[in-house]
Amino acid sequence: MADVAVQSNAVTGLARARKRSGLRTALKRKSTAAFLMTLPLIILVGLLVIYPAFYSLHLASLNKSMQRFVGLGNFEFLFKRDTFWLVVKQSCIFAITAVCFKALIGFIVAHFVHNIPAKGQRKWRGMLLVPWVIPPAMSTLAWLWLFDPSYSAFNYTLSFFGIGPIPWTGDAGWARFSVILVNIWVGAPFFMIMYLAALKSVPDQLYEAAAIDGANWWQRIWYVTLPMMRNIIAITTLFSLIVTFANFDIVRILTAGGPLDHTHIFATWAFRVGIEGSDVPLGASVSLFMVPILAIAAVFILRDINKRGNEA
Amino acid sequence: MSTVTIDKAAPTRKVKYGSMSRDRAWALKWSYFFLTIFAMFSLLPPLYMLITSLKSSAEISAATNPWWVFNPTLANYVEILTSNQFLRFFWNSAMVSIFVVTLTMLISVPAAFALARMRFWGSATLATGVFLTYLIPETLLFLPLFKMFAAFGEFTGIQLINKWYVLLLVYPTLTVPFCTWIMIGYFASIPKELDEAAVIDGASWFQTLTRIFIPVAFPGIIAATIFAFTVSWAQFLYPLVFTTSVDQLVLPVGIITTLIKGDVFAWGQIMTGALLGAAPPLIIYAFLMDYYIAGLTAGATKG
Repeated sequence: MADVAVQSNAVTGLARARKRSGLRTALKRKSTAAFLMTLPLIILVGLLVIYPAFYSLHLASLNKSMQRFVGLGNFEFLFKRDTFWLVVKQSCIFAITAVCFKALIGFIVAHFVHNIPAKGQRKWRGMLLVPWVIPPAMSTLAWLWLFDPSYSAFNYTLSFFGIGPIPWTGDAGWARFSVILVNIWVGAPFFMIMYLAALKSVPDQLYEAAAIDGANWWQRIWYVTLPMMRNIIAITTLFSLIVTFANFDIVRILTAGGPLDHTHIFATWAFRVGIEGSDVPLGASVSLFMVPILAIAAVFILRDINKRGNEA
Repeated sequence: MSTVTIDKAAPTRKVKYGSMSRDRAWALKWSYFFLTIFAMFSLLPPLYMLITSLKSSAEISAATNPWWVFNPTLANYVEILTSNQFLRFFWNSAMVSIFVVTLTMLISVPAAFALARMRFWGSATLATGVFLTYLIPETLLFLPLFKMFAAFGEFTGIQLINKWYVLLLVYPTLTVPFCTWIMIGYFASIPKELDEAAVIDGASWFQTLTRIFIPVAFPGIIAATIFAFTVSWAQFLYPLVFTTSVDQLVLPVGIITTLIKGDVFAWGQIMTGALLGAAPPLIIYAFLMDYYIAGLTAGATKG
């Protein structure tokens, strides 16, 4: 718009005077138009994201029948229950283990894909991203069937190696393992794709320089690849940490929190308490415990966005 | 071959060149080896779905090799595709997804245009805020939303809970922030000269958007559309919470709640249903993989 004004300014003084008032109304109209264009977005986010987020704070301070204000009563009640601490512990184990393995596997696989000739990469990338494309609820059903107590295809195969039937979803330890395994299966391709994109953006000259300096493969990764990918590793890991922490589908379908609450994480327990146990305030209190991790991640991501904005 | 000739020309480099190409060949072999293992791991569950879906229930419960189909049959497919209930789920899912995709694009494209090009008071904050709302998980919001919709029903008499169209209200909260964010990235990468030229030619803002920005950023629009479709097709928690009657269910919830009857698992049918439920995103992915990946990486690398 400014350029338009400048160009017309050069024409005549009369036009300049007229243009200036025209510009002012145009600017006014522009911001009004811009506001109107974003209005649906603002209404949607305000009404269905921000409001419920604060409403859940209010909900968490009510009693079960939602008629009496109990303050922090729900939290006091939660802190006294062993199940709650079990859920806290499991959520942390689940999220941290799964994210670490996803990042590690994604990093390794991205390197393998990057290693092979460029014309074959598309095909492999296509196959490796399939777990991310299938709706998690559907693929978890396949895993549930693979883990079936009596017809497990894994146990059938393992029996040839003399390894006894493994209670994939029946035993607390194995159930946790299975849930994390499925989560890694779903999430690792996302890391792979992100890291692959990052790997391709590392200039070849850096590796050539490192090779001339006599760096071995480990030094090349440690001193060239990792520093160049630091930003994308950080943001992908944070993002995945949020999604994994808030995961619902996999645990719900695979174990529904069992055996004996030993695989419940915040989301599934909040569902069990709030919807199935119809104690909405208590469920809301449980899900509020996801906020701290969210807040930490949000701070880091905000910092990253601002930094990037300054660079541009 | 070329390395051999070079070796003869420059004998001092012989060792270096030879070892590098040998290293390279080894690295390549190992890469293919591990990639095969990882690809098998990735494709195992969907393949097993396919294998199971081709078996009769007698074969499924027999103690034969589960990895092989001895008597392939399409009985499961016939049964699933002729059941009105399943077709109803499929129809619900398709309708919800198409409406949500349309709504999402109608909301997020103009908003992204305004945020990327028309600076106004608070636009930068709003753009960041949009990205942050994308990070608020649905598992935090389902209980307050459930209560809100119930209260809305009591207050106005318009029943939202247990109706498929309630999903049209909640799915956009998952799709719009991310689609807006990636569209901002695409719009911001369009050179300013283009829209200045349009303005000089007397185009209004609306015309600039429809004649310049949407055609130029079309790959971004496809990526955002694919994202919105995939998310609304796969969403599981919201329909599980907000809909319960059988005729209002969408596909993922429908398969899980109706085909699992108590302790009796009709695995052949479940796997067939799951495979058919996974098919639409997979088909889109097979044809539009590059857009899919562009949308996936845009969130973190663009903007």
